[in-house]
Amino acid sequence: MSAPSGGGASRDGYGSALLRMSDDSRVVVLEADLGKSTKSCHFREAYPDRTISLGIAEQNMILVASGMASSGKIPFASTFAIFTERGFEQVRNGVARPGLVVHLCGSHGGVHTGTDGSSAQSIEDLALYRTIPGMTVMHPCDDLSAEELTVQLLNHENPSYTRTARNKTPRMYDQETSKNLRIGKGSILRNGDDVAIISCGVMVSESMKAADYLSSNGIEATVVDMHTIKPLDTGMIDELASKCKGIVTAEDHSVIGGLGAAVAEHISYSGGVPLRMVGVSDRFGESGTPQELMEIMGMTYMDIVSSCESLMS
Amino acid sequence: MIHSAGAGHPGGSLSAIDLLVALYGNKLRFDVENPDWEDRDRFVMSKGHASPAVYSVLYEFGFISEDDMMSFRKMGSVCQGHVDMKWTDGVDFSAGSLGMGLSFGLGCALAARMDSSDRDIWVMVGDGEIQEGQFWEAAMAADFHSAGRLNLIVDRNRIQNDDFVESQMEVGNVASKLSSFGWEVMEIDGHSMEEIVSALEWSSTNISAPTAIVAHTTKGKGVSFMENNPSFHGKAPNDEELEISLEELS
Repeated sequence: MSAPSGGGASRDGYGSALLRMSDDSRVVVLEADLGKSTKSCHFREAYPDRTISLGIAEQNMILVASGMASSGKIPFASTFAIFTERGFEQVRNGVARPGLVVHLCGSHGGVHTGTDGSSAQSIEDLALYRTIPGMTVMHPCDDLSAEELTVQLLNHENPSYTRTARNKTPRMYDQETSKNLRIGKGSILRNGDDVAIISCGVMVSESMKAADYLSSNGIEATVVDMHTIKPLDTGMIDELASKCKGIVTAEDHSVIGGLGAAVAEHISYSGGVPLRMVGVSDRFGESGTPQELMEIMGMTYMDIVSSCESLMS
Repeated sequence: MIHSAGAGHPGGSLSAIDLLVALYGNKLRFDVENPDWEDRDRFVMSKGHASPAVYSVLYEFGFISEDDMMSFRKMGSVCQGHVDMKWTDGVDFSAGSLGMGLSFGLGCALAARMDSSDRDIWVMVGDGEIQEGQFWEAAMAADFHSAGRLNLIVDRNRIQNDDFVESQMEVGNVASKLSSFGWEVMEIDGHSMEEIVSALEWSSTNISAPTAIVAHTTKGKGVSFMENNPSFHGKAPNDEELEISLEELS
């Protein structure tokens, strides 16, 4: 699949998805003073009666959502990824434990968030929510895939956490190809038999750039958009492990507990294949442009290239 | 129940039981044949450790059996250590972590209003519990959203896990604090059936603002050696204590 032109931030896709689901009167939207940032503001403008503003009080927002879910609503609650973490125990005890279907969206995830600095750059959210029994955890790579996957949550039977990104990244999908996405199924963007790059979020476009570079040097890479971290598409990982010489994971998240760790956990059971992880190496970020931050964190496409080459040698 | 389990929370169950009996017997709209009836009133027991009080009431009204009740805290029992909607018919909330129930109740109240339903939402919290910041987030939000069908009962028994509330972190004048948050508030003796019944009626008919009943209660009410005794917040009676308790309560 060739990368369509243009670009979009995954948070924009979340906002569009809420509007697309608005015909279902069960859909309600909850905000904690960041609707303009998470993009739930568009739903608020169109459907103020179904939008609940809860102020800067995330713990309360999560349990209000849970109470609404227990009463037949399908709540979509959002704030910054980092601030959802303040309500982690609320998600664990008040949402997932009773099995109430609340959909939580954390925008501005990762160091790609940029100049706001380390306080806003969640690098541990995927790891946190992945530990909760029954939670679906997603991190789409562009606006169109975020929109499609969020709309699919309408008929999803589990509570979920979706991380979106603040900044635009190149589109990996168009209106048609995004319809092929399915929660829980990895999406192969490019085929190659030498090495597999499994990535999520803003690192998917970097992975595609890395694959182009590798190809010009005679190494053919498969690139997977693993938009769903949990449940992980282990069948796809097994297939890649059997055909490629190694796997490289790429994520804008700590290498502890995120996509790379999820893949590592699986292949440690399934027989093993060499693995390298590109991601945040157990450190906090700082203020800077997304590009500068990706460089100091060792998360550019050339870092992915180096990891792939090390596997080939 | 607690003696049989060898663990549990007798003090806060006995402080709350008069309130629960009145609520279930006199006010709460439910259908024991259809526990998930959409338009039932909701009861959110936020102080979920007082589960023996809830289970006793659910037994009396036919939601659970005596065997269920006596299997309290045992493997596979519908009567989990803390009340849990996933396990027990007639339970509307999964408690156990304090400070969350009022938020959940607010969510129920907002959903009811969207559905144009007149179902009432009742929430019970303990006084130690309101040290949690989330409780006050919910209190502020309930006023902002004019959640008139949200009814709060504070079991003001003045004892929490480690010791008296006043020694851990005194919560002070709860009524005036809630009042300053925009709530309509009534203070009662939480063991006077007459006052309880009248307060529940006042609360359910006042739908212009969220309402709170601050019920002054005695931890361990009815058992001489448990009354006002922090040791019996979370301790099961031994054989001898059980006999004395049952005699005094009967």
